[in-house]
Amino acid sequence: MDLAQALLDGNRRALAQALTLVETGGPQARSLLSALFAQTGRAHIIGVTGAPGAGKSTLVAALAAYWRRAGRTVGIIAVDPTSPFTRGAILGDRIRMQTLSGDPGVFIRSMASRGRLGGIARATGDAVALLDAANFDVVLVETVGAGQGEVEIAAAAHTTIVIETPGAGDDIQAIKAGILEIADLLVVNKADRDGAEQTVRQLRAMLSLADPPADGWTPPVLTAVAMRGEGIEAIATAAERHLDYLRNSGRFTGREQERAAHELRLILQETALERVRARVSPSEWEALIAQIVARTLDPYAAADHLLERGLSHSGE
Amino acid sequence: MDRPIRVLIAKPGLDGHDRGAKVIARALRDAGMEVIYTGIQQTPQMIVEAALQEDVDVIGLSILSGAHMTLLPRLMELLRDHGMHDVLVVAGGIISDDDARILKEQHGIAEVYGPGAPTHEIVRFIQERCETRT
Ligand code: B12
Ligand SMILES: Nc1nc2c(ncn2[C@@H]2O[C@H](COP(=O)(O)OP(=O)(O)OP(=O)(O)O)[C@@H](O)[C@H]2O)c(=O)[nH]1
Ligand SMILES: [Mg+2]
Repeated sequence: MDLAQALLDGNRRALAQALTLVETGGPQARSLLSALFAQTGRAHIIGVTGAPGAGKSTLVAALAAYWRRAGRTVGIIAVDPTSPFTRGAILGDRIRMQTLSGDPGVFIRSMASRGRLGGIARATGDAVALLDAANFDVVLVETVGAGQGEVEIAAAAHTTIVIETPGAGDDIQAIKAGILEIADLLVVNKADRDGAEQTVRQLRAMLSLADPPADGWTPPVLTAVAMRGEGIEAIATAAERHLDYLRNSGRFTGREQERAAHELRLILQETALERVRARVSPSEWEALIAQIVARTLDPYAAADHLLERGLSHSGE
Repeated sequence: MDRPIRVLIAKPGLDGHDRGAKVIARALRDAGMEVIYTGIQQTPQMIVEAALQEDVDVIGLSILSGAHMTLLPRLMELLRDHGMHDVLVVAGGIISDDDARILKEQHGIAEVYGPGAPTHEIVRFIQERCETRT
């Protein structure tokens, strides 16, 4: 069976198997993605990030339900961390997405970060491309519970939603220069708790102190009680407005260029490493490592040598 | 196979006994598996849909409510309807030996574990059965 064609025909099992394939990586995965590339570029890709337990999954489910009512189809990728010790993972985001069950206009996939540190997995961008090709209008990506460094989502999404919660207020100055900078929308979730208004004020103050945004979009600060579906319509509308803004201001092309450059760099790194490993025997590899450890060879020279081998046409 | 084993742990039926499911989820995670946990009160339809989307190698069902003789055969039937014959299904909880035998012989559940079942045995069973997967 042709996996790419089955996926385009709307076969959900084929989509699921294609997702496994791109997660595993390798030449077959790349040829699948090549075959589907022309069918991508339609979906609105939205990243949702924030601290562990901030309500990312609950908000993603509520946004998905909103867009379903508006007649749009929704794909979801939910990333959770892999244990660095066992390589295992517990992926629990679906627990909060049960209300979407049984809807053929929704497809949810959990993904382990598999050692990647940026808040998403190596293959998250590829997975988004598959959902895009499979004709989902909106693709929501939930990152792992993020602190400050997990900002890679901004390079993978058109619109990035950052979730804060009341009480984060006290240390708000110290937090997340990085994570606030990537926000196209700020949501103070759990607004049923004390201090939400204060957190909103602090976030707005921080935004007004910051340099005027380079792309001319000032992130709105919105409140939500995701658990009860409150504030969802305003968030969804703001996300749509952000996409319109990107398109009308010509920034969309800029974002697409950033996304393409980011992806190309990742693919290049991965392919180069794979070619080198294919042409260099494990014993040769070990020997180079031993030389580096013995300080008879520096790692930069070793890398140059390997790259020449890996990229030369004659090698084999 | 260099890809991690993917397992869906789900609780069919209406009971809230989730300790066993969580113990198993953690044991499988610690053995290097990727475990999707979907929580309590799942219908067979919900479980099969999640297993399909997640493309899991294994479904682990935890059931302590006594409703296993209706829910588990229904679930196996739905799996067959979706062509998911290759998914390994194991179950645990409060299931009598007689029921366990019927579930295995007539409905295609691979193994059934009761209270006190050592988690390392469950891990080993899943690993062995998944060695030959494609
Ligand atoms: C703790 C407990 C509770 C706790 C549950 C807390 C929780 N969040 O889990 C509380 C107090 C809430 C509770 C409530 C009730 N309980 Co209760 N409860 C128990 C008890 C004492 C222990 C269960 C437990 O947690 N064991 C520890 C875990 C680790 O063991 P386990 O679940 O058996 O899991 C092991 C194996 O079964 C297997 N396994 C389990 N799942 C899976 C899944 C997979 C994939 C695999 C491979 C293996 C596997 O591996 C595990 C490790 O060895 C049992 C009696 C017993 N001895 O089993 C009764 C028991 C399960 N409860 C029972 C009942 C009737 C109830 C109530 C209806 C009581 C009432 N009348 O109110 C309520 C129902 C509540 C509800 N909403 O569903 C009955 C069920 C009877 C039946 N099915 O025929 C039992 C058997 C007691 C009895 N002898 O009557 N209960
Ligand atoms: N009080 C309150 N609780 C909420 C709200 N939204 C979500 N929660 C609860 O917060 C907890 C965490 O919610 P999740 O949606 O799982 O949060 P998350 O950010 O996805 O968590 P991780 O994926 O583990 O990082 C759950 O118990 C939710 O029910 C809200 O608006 N108000
Ligand atoms: Mg979550």
